[in-house]
Amino acid sequence: MPNYHGLFVILSSLLPCIIFLIVFISIDGFIKGVIIQNHLPNSLILLGQEEVDFSVSILRNNIHNLQSILSLEILSTDSANSLYNYYFFYRAGFLTLIICITTFLAYLAGKKLNVRFDARRNVEKILKFIFFVFSIVAVLTTFGIILSLIFETVRFFSQVSFSEFLFGIHWSPQTAIREGQVGSSGSFGAIPIFTGTLLITAISMLIAVPLGLYSAIYLSQYARPKVRNYFKPILEILAGIPTVVYGFFAALSVGPFIRSTGESLGLTVSTESALAAGLVMGIMIIPYVSSLSDDVMTAVPESLRDGSLALGATKSETIRKVIFPAALPGIVGAILLAISRAIGETMIVVMAAGLAANLTANPLSAVTTVTVQIVTLLVGDQEFDSPKTLAAFALGLVLFFITLVLNILAMVTVRKYRERYE
Amino acid sequence: MSKNINSMMLKRQSAEKRFRFYGQASLAIALIMLVVIISSMTYRSIPAFTNYGLNLSINLSKENIAQDNINYRRLIRDNISLLDSGCDDRKCRKEFLRLFSSGAAYELRDTIENDPSLIGKDFSKFILFSDDADLFYKFGIDNSLPESERRLNDREITWLNGFKELGLVEKRFSTNLFTNGDSREPEIAGVLGAVIGSLLTILITLIISFPIGVLSAIYLESFAPKNKLTDFIEVNINNLAAVPSIVFGLLGLALFINFFGMPRSAPLVGGCVLSLMTLPVIIIATRASLQSVPPSIREAALAVGASEMQVVFQHLLPAALPGILTGTIIGLARAFGESAPLLLIGMVAFVVDIPGSFTDPATALPVQVYLWADSPERAFVAKTSAATLVLIFLLIIINLAAVILRKKYQLKW
Repeated sequence: MPNYHGLFVILSSLLPCIIFLIVFISIDGFIKGVIIQNHLPNSLILLGQEEVDFSVSILRNNIHNLQSILSLEILSTDSANSLYNYYFFYRAGFLTLIICITTFLAYLAGKKLNVRFDARRNVEKILKFIFFVFSIVAVLTTFGIILSLIFETVRFFSQVSFSEFLFGIHWSPQTAIREGQVGSSGSFGAIPIFTGTLLITAISMLIAVPLGLYSAIYLSQYARPKVRNYFKPILEILAGIPTVVYGFFAALSVGPFIRSTGESLGLTVSTESALAAGLVMGIMIIPYVSSLSDDVMTAVPESLRDGSLALGATKSETIRKVIFPAALPGIVGAILLAISRAIGETMIVVMAAGLAANLTANPLSAVTTVTVQIVTLLVGDQEFDSPKTLAAFALGLVLFFITLVLNILAMVTVRKYRERYE
Repeated sequence: MSKNINSMMLKRQSAEKRFRFYGQASLAIALIMLVVIISSMTYRSIPAFTNYGLNLSINLSKENIAQDNINYRRLIRDNISLLDSGCDDRKCRKEFLRLFSSGAAYELRDTIENDPSLIGKDFSKFILFSDDADLFYKFGIDNSLPESERRLNDREITWLNGFKELGLVEKRFSTNLFTNGDSREPEIAGVLGAVIGSLLTILITLIISFPIGVLSAIYLESFAPKNKLTDFIEVNINNLAAVPSIVFGLLGLALFINFFGMPRSAPLVGGCVLSLMTLPVIIIATRASLQSVPPSIREAALAVGASEMQVVFQHLLPAALPGILTGTIIGLARAFGESAPLLLIGMVAFVVDIPGSFTDPATALPVQVYLWADSPERAFVAKTSAATLVLIFLLIIINLAAVILRKKYQLKW
C-alpha cells in the first residue's frame, strides 16, 4: 500500500518541522527583544529599564517598518538598517535551518522504505503518538490554569499578607497611583467578598433546588412520555440562554421590581440587590439541578418502585420514601455541581449585584462576589505587579480551588451511585 | 375503625395530589420565567427596530459645494438651517442642530458617493433624529418634570411638534441596527461589528477545538491503555468541563497575553480561550458517541484485516459523526453565548469598525450586550434588548442545526 509509505515520509519529516516552528514562534518575540536591545543607543539605556522596555515594544511592533517616524525617534537610520539586517538574517537563517532539517529527515525516511518495511504500522504508531499529545492538551490546560494562578498569587502574597487576605473584613482594592497619595492605601480583606458570594449562592440555591427537584420528580415520575419529551428540552433552554441575557434581565426588570415592591412595604432596597441577582441565578440553575436529578431518579431500578407500590404506598410516598433516598447520592452530586456553577457565575452578578463590598447577610442590600471583583479588577487599564491586579488572580485561585473540590465531590458521589445501580 | 381508615386514605390521597401539584407548579414556574424573560426582552426591544427621521430636502446645486471636496457636515447643517427655527443666537442654533443625529453627514456622504449624479440636483434625504428626539416621538415626554431635568427643553419640544405638523417626520425600519458597528450615538449603533467579531472568534474556536477534541477522544476511547495516566486525563477532562468560565479568562490573560504577548481584544485570543473551554465538551460528546457504535462493527472490521486505525477512521468515525457534530455544535453554542472570559482578555473595547481579520480589535455579541447595558442613554435599553434578541435568535439557529443534524443522520442500531 504505497499510500502509507508516502504518509510515513511526510509525517516523519513534517512533524519535527512543525514542532520546530512552534518553538520558533514562541521564542521569536524574545529573540527580537534581544536583537533590538543590542541596537538601542546608550543614551536611552541610561534612562532606565522602563524606557528600554517601552522602546523595545514599539520597535518590536514596527519591525517591518523601521523607517517610520515612530521608530526613527528612537533609532538613527543607520542602526535601524543594521537592526533590520540582523533581524532579516536571523529569520532567513532559521527558515533555512528548518528546510534543511526537513529535507534531511525526508531523505532518511525515504531511505528506510523497502519491500519489507511495514509502513502501515509505523504510520499508525506516529499517529497514535500525535493523538496522545492532543489528549494531553486538556491536562496542560489544567496545569496552565493552576500554574498561572499560583504564580501570580505568590506575587500577590509577597505584597499583601496571607492572613489579611483570608480573614480581613475590609476590601477596597484602590491602591495609590502616585506615591504619597492620601486615603488609598488599598486593603485586601476578602471576607466581605466570600460572604457576598455565599449569600447570592444561597439565595439561588433556595430557588433552584426545590423548583429543580420538583420539576425533575414530575417529569421523571408523573409525566407521560409525550409530555416529558416536550417539556424536558424546553426546560433545558433555561440553561442555554446566555448568562449576559439573564444579567440584563436582572438589572433591568428584577432589580427595580424588587426595589419598588420593597419600598411599598417600607423596606430600603438598593437597586443592585443580592436578592435580584440570586433570584435570576436560581432560575438559570434550575435545569442544572433538574436534568441530572431526573437522570438519576429514572435510573433507580424499577423493582424498588414496584415493590413499594405493591405494598400499597401511593406514588408520592414511593417517591419520597423509596426513590428519593435511593437516588440521594446522585441528587447531592447534582446539587454540588449546581453550587459550583452558581459560585463561578459571572455575568449575572456583574450586572445585577454591584461592586460595594458590604459585609452583610441582608439580601436586600448590595453585595459583591469573587467573580465580580475579578472582572472589575482586570477590565480596563491595568498595571501589572500592582497588588490590585494580582488580587484578581488570588481570588481566581480561591474560586478555582473551591469549584474543583465541589466538582470532584460531585463526581465521586455520582460515580458511587452509578456503581450501585448500573 | 373504617372511618379512621377512610380519613387516613383521604389524607394520603390529598397528600398525593399536593405532591403532584408541587411538581407541576415548579415546572410551570420555570417555564413561565422562560416566557417572561423572552417576552420582556422582545417587548423592550420593539422601539429599537424603528427610527424617526426627517425628510430633509437637500439643495446640492453646483455653486453650493466645492467641486471635489464636499463638506457633508456643513451641507447638512446648512440645509437644516433652511428649516425655520426662529433662532437668532448661536446657542439656539446649536440646540436646534442637536435634534439631529451626528451620523447624518456620513449617511449623506454614502448616498452621494453611491450616486454621484445627485450632485447639482435638489433631492430629499431621510435624516435621522438624535436619540432624545427619537424617544420623544416614540414615547412623548413627561411634562410634570421641571424643564431643567428633562432631556429636551420646551423650545426643542416646540420644534419637534412643528416638524410633525409640517408632515416632515417619518418612521422607518432601523437598518442601522443590523448594518452598523458600535457607536456612542444610540440611533446609529448596530450589532454587525459584534456579530462578525463573534463569528471570527467562534471560527478560531472551531478550528482549534474540533480536531484536538475529536482526536483526543479517539485516543482515549480506542487506543489508550488503561492505566493511572489515562485515568488522570479522564478525571481532568470531566473537571475541566465544570471549571467556571472566568477562570479560563484568567488563564488567557496570564498565558496568551502576558506570557506569549498576543494582542489584546483580538478574536484570535478570544477563540483560543474559548476553545480551551469547549474542548472538554467536544471530548465528552465524541466519546459518548463513539461508545454508542455497537462493538460488532469494530469486530467485523478487525476480522477482515483492518488495522486499529482503519477501524476507527473508516468505520467508527463515520458512524459516530452525527453525534460528534451535534456535541460540537452545542459546545460552540455555549462558547458563542459566553462573555466572562472575553471581558478579561480585553474584548470589551469600544470598537466602531467592523473587524476584518483575526487580529483586529473586536468585541463579541454577548459582550456588546454587556457594554450597551452599561450605557447611560435611555435609548440603549431598547438597543440592548434588541441585541439580546439577535443573540438568542442566532443561538436558536445554531441549536436548530444540531437538532436537524441529529434527526436526519443519527443511525439507529
